[in-house]
Amino acid sequence: MTRHTPLFDLHQKLGARMVDFGGWDMPLQYGSQIAEHHAVRRAAGVFDVSHMCIADLTGARVRPFLQRLLANDVGKLKSPGKALYSCMLNETGGVIDDLIVYFLGDSWFRAVVNAGTRDKDLAWIRRHAADFAVEVRERTDLAMLAVQGPDARAKAAGLLSPAGAAGALALEPFFGREIDGWFIARTGYTGEDGFEIMLPAADAERAWKALNSAGVVSCGLGARDTLRLEAGMSLYGNDMDERTNPLESGLAWTVALEPRERTFIGREALEAIRARGPGRKLVGLLLEGRGVLRSHQKVLVPDAGEGEITSGTFSPTLERSIALARVPAAAAGAVQVDIRGKPQDARIVRPPFVRHGKALLG
Amino acid sequence: MSNVPSDLKYTKTHEWLRTLPDGTLEIGITDHAQHALGDLVFAEVPEAGRKLSAGEPFAVVESVKAASDVYSPVAGEVTAGNAALASEPEAINSDAYGKGWLMRVRPAAGGAAAALLSAAEYEKLIAEEGG
Repeated sequence: MTRHTPLFDLHQKLGARMVDFGGWDMPLQYGSQIAEHHAVRRAAGVFDVSHMCIADLTGARVRPFLQRLLANDVGKLKSPGKALYSCMLNETGGVIDDLIVYFLGDSWFRAVVNAGTRDKDLAWIRRHAADFAVEVRERTDLAMLAVQGPDARAKAAGLLSPAGAAGALALEPFFGREIDGWFIARTGYTGEDGFEIMLPAADAERAWKALNSAGVVSCGLGARDTLRLEAGMSLYGNDMDERTNPLESGLAWTVALEPRERTFIGREALEAIRARGPGRKLVGLLLEGRGVLRSHQKVLVPDAGEGEITSGTFSPTLERSIALARVPAAAAGAVQVDIRGKPQDARIVRPPFVRHGKALLG
Repeated sequence: MSNVPSDLKYTKTHEWLRTLPDGTLEIGITDHAQHALGDLVFAEVPEAGRKLSAGEPFAVVESVKAASDVYSPVAGEVTAGNAALASEPEAINSDAYGKGWLMRVRPAAGGAAAALLSAAEYEKLIAEEGG
């Protein structure tokens, strides 16, 4: 039984082509996904991300609970509203999911986890929360919109009261706050500035229409994928999963091994992997010629062996194909990718591919 | 709701054919096909002089979503490939029956126009496919 977000009817009215994503009927594109992509890089776009799971975690011991549960350290979150990107690992160091957690109060954190993994994640979180008497409340009453692009914050602030708008525009990157009854965070998954807004489901349609009226373009999952890949951001299920660890997924930067006393789940396994050296790493790839790199294509690395593309697409900003790939740790420079039986030249680069709306690589 | 011009012929694999005044055929992919593929980013078209058999793949169109072979409805010799698509593949999306043409071909004598569909037959086909 496919699930619908509170905006399903509106997406139909707007003429969206729908696609199944993790069991949810979601808009892929409303017209041209490339036009939607450019709108976010140049102006502002809005995405329905209500399929993602918002979970409020409450209790006196919520902080030590999260310090056990997550590979990144919530101990870094000192100011209320500050957010942290982290992986949640299993005992062998494999990635159960990646998520963002917000510090909202002494006894209250909010986590946002991926749609496709929500059931697995909630079961895992609940099981470990029990040891710390932390309550887990899934916020199915909330919808979530991502408004992204250089004009996004200004346009989104236009939906709020004057005081609310001032408060929203004062938010620093990676901070969130409750404003006018909505939770507004300066976070995103596109590489552009913007907000992610968690709001009562009943407000979602009105908010979307108001954004459209203000010139914010409706954008679907197609553009969401090309944007995040240009920004070098990982997609769970493609770039990492339970059989891969953060060190071979370009996510070592999200693992806090200091302080040493913090025994988070998966720590021992990760330290062992780190000690012997991870045999693989995640890199960016730029296809030299025409064509499109796609998941699972084989990467041939001279003198080092083989790798595999984890995510590939056509980059509308660079006007060529880009990818993330898992390759042998020694791989560097020129490689070839097997595209439909023919080896095509590509080269290893360091993501991101785009920053501040501009191509970083030629 | 796809656009299906009544003056063209069609194939089951979603190509269209237009007979030009000099007797050559202009071939492309239909509005239904471009819509299914999504935003096109590359189109590989044949060089003039290439000889084709009926049913042979003569072009590849690639969207963000997938790459797709395009099949020649006739045997013949290519007189032109649409070189403009190298810089503007999206013309296939916006003008599938006009600027989005893929190739022109001089059909071999007695060439197989057998399996071609009329506009009405093609409309029925795509309706049955749910498009």
